[in-house]
Amino acid sequence: METIILFAPLVGAIICGFGWKFIGETAAQWVATGLLFLACLLSWIVFISFDGVTQSIPVLRFIESGSLATEWAFRLDRLTAIMLIVVTTVSALVHLYSFGYMDNDPQWKEGESYKPRFFAYLSFFTFAMLMLVTSDNLVQMFFGWEGVGVASYLLIGFYYRKPSANAAAMKAFIVNRVGDFGFALGIFALFFLVDSINFADVFAAAPVLAETHVTFLWTEWNAAELVAFLLFVGAMGKSAQLLLHTWLPDAMEGPTPVSALIHAATMVTAGVFLVCRMSPVMEFAPNATMFITVIGATTAFFAATVGLVQTDIKRVIAYSTCSQLGYMFVAAGVGMYSAAMFHLFTHAFFKALLFLGAGSVIHAMHHEQEMPNYGGLRKKIPYTYWAMMIGTLAITGVGIPLTTIGFAGFLSKDAIIESAYAGGSAYGFWLLVIAAGMTSFYSWRLIFLTFFGEPRGDKHTHDHAHESPMVMLIPLGVLSLGAVFAGMIWYGQFFGHADKVGKFYGIPVAEMAAHGDTTSHGASGDDHVTDDGHGDDSHATDGHADDGHGADAGHGEHHAGFVGKPGEGALYFAPDNTVLDDAHAAPKWVKVSPFIAMLIGLAISYWFYIVNPTIPARLAENQRPLYLFLKNKWYFDEIYNVIFVKPAVAIGRFFWKRGDGNTIDGFLNGVAMGVVPFFTRLAGKAQSGYIFTYAFWMVLGIAALVTWMTIGGGAH
Amino acid sequence: MISTDLTIILPEIVLAVYAMLALVVAVYTKKDGLAGALIWTTAALMVVLAGWIATGAGGTNLAFGGMFVDDGFSRFAKVAILLSAACVLVMSQDFMARRDFLRFEYPLLVALSAVGMMMMVSAGDLMSLYMGLELQSLALYVVAAMRRDSVRSTEAGLKYFVLGALSSGLLLYGASLVYGFSGTTLFSGIIQTTQHGEVSLGLLFGLIFLISGLAFKVSAVPFHMWTPDVYEGSPTPVTAFFATAPKVAAMGLFARVLHDAFGGAVADWQQVIVLLSVMSMFLGAVAAIGQHDIKRLMAYSSIAHMGYALIGLAAGTEAGVKAMLMYMAIYVTMNVGTFAFILMMERDGQPVTNIDALRQYAKREPGKALAVLILMFSLAGVPPMLGFFAKLGVWQAGVQAGLIWLVVASAVASAIGAFYYLRIVFYMYFGEDTDSQLDSNNSPVLWGALMASAALMLIGVFYQFGVEGAAAAAAATLVN
Repeated sequence: METIILFAPLVGAIICGFGWKFIGETAAQWVATGLLFLACLLSWIVFISFDGVTQSIPVLRFIESGSLATEWAFRLDRLTAIMLIVVTTVSALVHLYSFGYMDNDPQWKEGESYKPRFFAYLSFFTFAMLMLVTSDNLVQMFFGWEGVGVASYLLIGFYYRKPSANAAAMKAFIVNRVGDFGFALGIFALFFLVDSINFADVFAAAPVLAETHVTFLWTEWNAAELVAFLLFVGAMGKSAQLLLHTWLPDAMEGPTPVSALIHAATMVTAGVFLVCRMSPVMEFAPNATMFITVIGATTAFFAATVGLVQTDIKRVIAYSTCSQLGYMFVAAGVGMYSAAMFHLFTHAFFKALLFLGAGSVIHAMHHEQEMPNYGGLRKKIPYTYWAMMIGTLAITGVGIPLTTIGFAGFLSKDAIIESAYAGGSAYGFWLLVIAAGMTSFYSWRLIFLTFFGEPRGDKHTHDHAHESPMVMLIPLGVLSLGAVFAGMIWYGQFFGHADKVGKFYGIPVAEMAAHGDTTSHGASGDDHVTDDGHGDDSHATDGHADDGHGADAGHGEHHAGFVGKPGEGALYFAPDNTVLDDAHAAPKWVKVSPFIAMLIGLAISYWFYIVNPTIPARLAENQRPLYLFLKNKWYFDEIYNVIFVKPAVAIGRFFWKRGDGNTIDGFLNGVAMGVVPFFTRLAGKAQSGYIFTYAFWMVLGIAALVTWMTIGGGAH
Repeated sequence: MISTDLTIILPEIVLAVYAMLALVVAVYTKKDGLAGALIWTTAALMVVLAGWIATGAGGTNLAFGGMFVDDGFSRFAKVAILLSAACVLVMSQDFMARRDFLRFEYPLLVALSAVGMMMMVSAGDLMSLYMGLELQSLALYVVAAMRRDSVRSTEAGLKYFVLGALSSGLLLYGASLVYGFSGTTLFSGIIQTTQHGEVSLGLLFGLIFLISGLAFKVSAVPFHMWTPDVYEGSPTPVTAFFATAPKVAAMGLFARVLHDAFGGAVADWQQVIVLLSVMSMFLGAVAAIGQHDIKRLMAYSSIAHMGYALIGLAAGTEAGVKAMLMYMAIYVTMNVGTFAFILMMERDGQPVTNIDALRQYAKREPGKALAVLILMFSLAGVPPMLGFFAKLGVWQAGVQAGLIWLVVASAVASAIGAFYYLRIVFYMYFGEDTDSQLDSNNSPVLWGALMASAALMLIGVFYQFGVEGAAAAAAATLVN
């Protein structure tokens, strides 16, 4: 079944990409979509029936070279199961949605065939992403990692007649090279240190790594810190974290379903997945995880500020994605991997929903993307309006404070903010709270500008605005369900009591009187304890699951901790990692703060765009430097342009013109056009046609050979 | 005793007797009217003999006191010689008949020349070596001048004869020196004097003169000067013959002399062969660039190819000889196809040899153009074709023998040489159209030879019909 999930998208991609000429365009699209729905169905079966015990299902022998031996295998644990449903569900819905969205695309001329190519790329992407999330070693993961990079490149540049799309595709690819370089170095370092790149071996060796020192770049490093840092550099590139984030907004040049699938729900979360997957190593690298927290929090804040002033509807959502990814990294950085995965999970639903909703708006408005040209669309496209509304309620975190009732984003985002507080990162906590307020502001701004007020922009376009076809609305509906309920249903498993979380991820849990001597528990009976924990919590914790978030009742009354060894279960929590308990025990003001920030954002947004729409323009006028600073995304692109792009282009031009053009081509052209013809003429002259010349040459030749032999004396 | 000897050289006797009988019969009957039939019977006999030799008993047999050696090496060379001669013969018929110089002597001279070649590769003594060489050469001098009414043909024949006489003189001088310093003409005797310790300077001189004489036959630089003129002047079927069987025979003889007679002095002759090889490769590559006559071009091409084959010889190892034999087998196959195409190049019934006439040929004859493309790529040594693997083989042997610089030089030479092969392809596919177009000649024999040769260049990469194993076995019997 796992094999079918993995290969169904690949088969779909091949049939759709190469076979559409034989079976027809529409049939090819249905084949790709049908196979994805099959994969999606099987993924849900796997997710629900999965018992938490890590399995490895080999597919074939991949590489065997010296001590480097890797299987192409399928590591099935909770993390994989979560990613499977995220990837296949969103992908299947996006496939379906694309039937409507890609129909009659104005970028292509009448009669041109582009749809099978689009579907083939989508399916290929899904295959690569599944390779990434199911891998049981780093090489296979790298294969999927690069595969999604290629698919992303192809899809961003899908409108290859647009120079801006080509530039964006290249930018995404090149910026990701920087991150991938770090990732590759991390893999090399692990292989160097552990002599294996299989997860099982790496995880088992993690405690040893923490004791090992290694010299890299003339500096003595702690091996675990170095590896964690290098792997995170890879994650930064893929997940568009600060310093390597510049490609993500530009990636919006791709068709909107692509943005929803790749640049919101799946590929960009690969970095978060990587950090969570490597949790056994991360837990031994306190400095690296602190770095992750800082980068994540800063990104969340930075992207939210930029999102405040963008006018392109897709770019707003792109910066929002960037910001939400920052949240996930903060959670991972403070050691609350399950909260990061929780947000990844819920974010996939509501962000894909927002993107597909935006796509529906764009579709309705004949590919107009500027929000100042929208307005009053609530009546024209009611279903899209409601879907976007649900998405916005989810992302801004609407719910009932101090309970576990609320939209998906409410539960997962609050979980992260509480973890940040409990993890002792004041920097992360405050930045995230402020970012939550700004998230609320720009999300509502999007809703108000698009659906409320008077129609602005081209009147003709507004008159012809129409609701999208059913194939586009069904995915919106399904995702809306996820955006509403995903948080409430799985809160307990992701962020509930340790018992429940432990069972969910297959991590052994032990009762504890207090913090402290937990190691002896872990050492004495790991498997035994696991079973006990399982047996108990099924009935014991159901009652407590909800109050974890609500009151401080969870603390003290039923105290449990994670005691697994590295590599046992899908995640690893060090014995001294008590963030989960501490987060549940956080003060009430901490738990309420994101909700208050959200309300403030909503209020300001309402005031700015409904009550008094002239304020934003005036504010932009009064605070011009600040406005330009935000509008130009903190000038990252400009700075990079001066520091990296221009010198790189200059060096490239130098090697091209001087090195390749003048030196290499010059040398070869000189030989080919000067030296060789000279000898050709010489040979032609020697060939006089007279016998005596020929005889003379023969005699000369033998004289030369004999002389040489005489002088050289043969071999002696 | 004498009957055993005769049994061993029975194939040669059969061919020689056949040639003489046929000559008598033709003279007293219909003369040239029999030429067509004689071509086919001669070719058929050659194929039968080739089959006989190939399937006959193995082992090494000596005849006439060691003057004639029948071993795996000679059998491999003989099969190649007979088959290629047969191919060229049947390819000639149509061409010669239509231009009215199809003489009954032609197939018989080719047959006698083949007898000489078979003697050459089986030579175990300086005297049998010379006998085979002259038998071959005298027949070739005559066929080069086949068209007595053509100035160029007679000039070619005369040039070849005069220079060939000079080279024979050099060879004989060398043979006498070798005899003088070793006291024997038998190869097995000569090798005993070279095996232990010093090789005397006189013997070295003799060796160099011998090498020079043989280098003339394989047209290695600087003894190559006759090649372009003779190739261009001779009738095209004769050129095709020159470029195939005699080259195999000369190379075989070369290897035989160097390994059987001077196998103990590898280091001495290695440097000479390396020098000849490098000069041949570069001259063949560079001088051909200026040529627009395809026959002259093929002459330089053959000079260059002999240079590559000499790498295998220069290695002085069993692997080298094997690579050389493979190279020659592949080279002959390519040349049969290429000359089949050249024989088809005509306009208004007249043969055309200027490559300018090939412009836009691919539009008119896509099938043939594709075959020529494959052959040209193969001659140039472009990887998927068999010609590349021929080069790869000699390079590997060269590297194993420590001749890395020779191999590097040959790679450079082959890059330069690729130019003129690719230019033909360029003309066929991208050249500007001219009014002087070729007529389409659809002789089934030529078409079949062209297509089969091109197909072999592709199929041979995967399946070599046991040639490689035979070459390895042949090399093993020569070098031990």
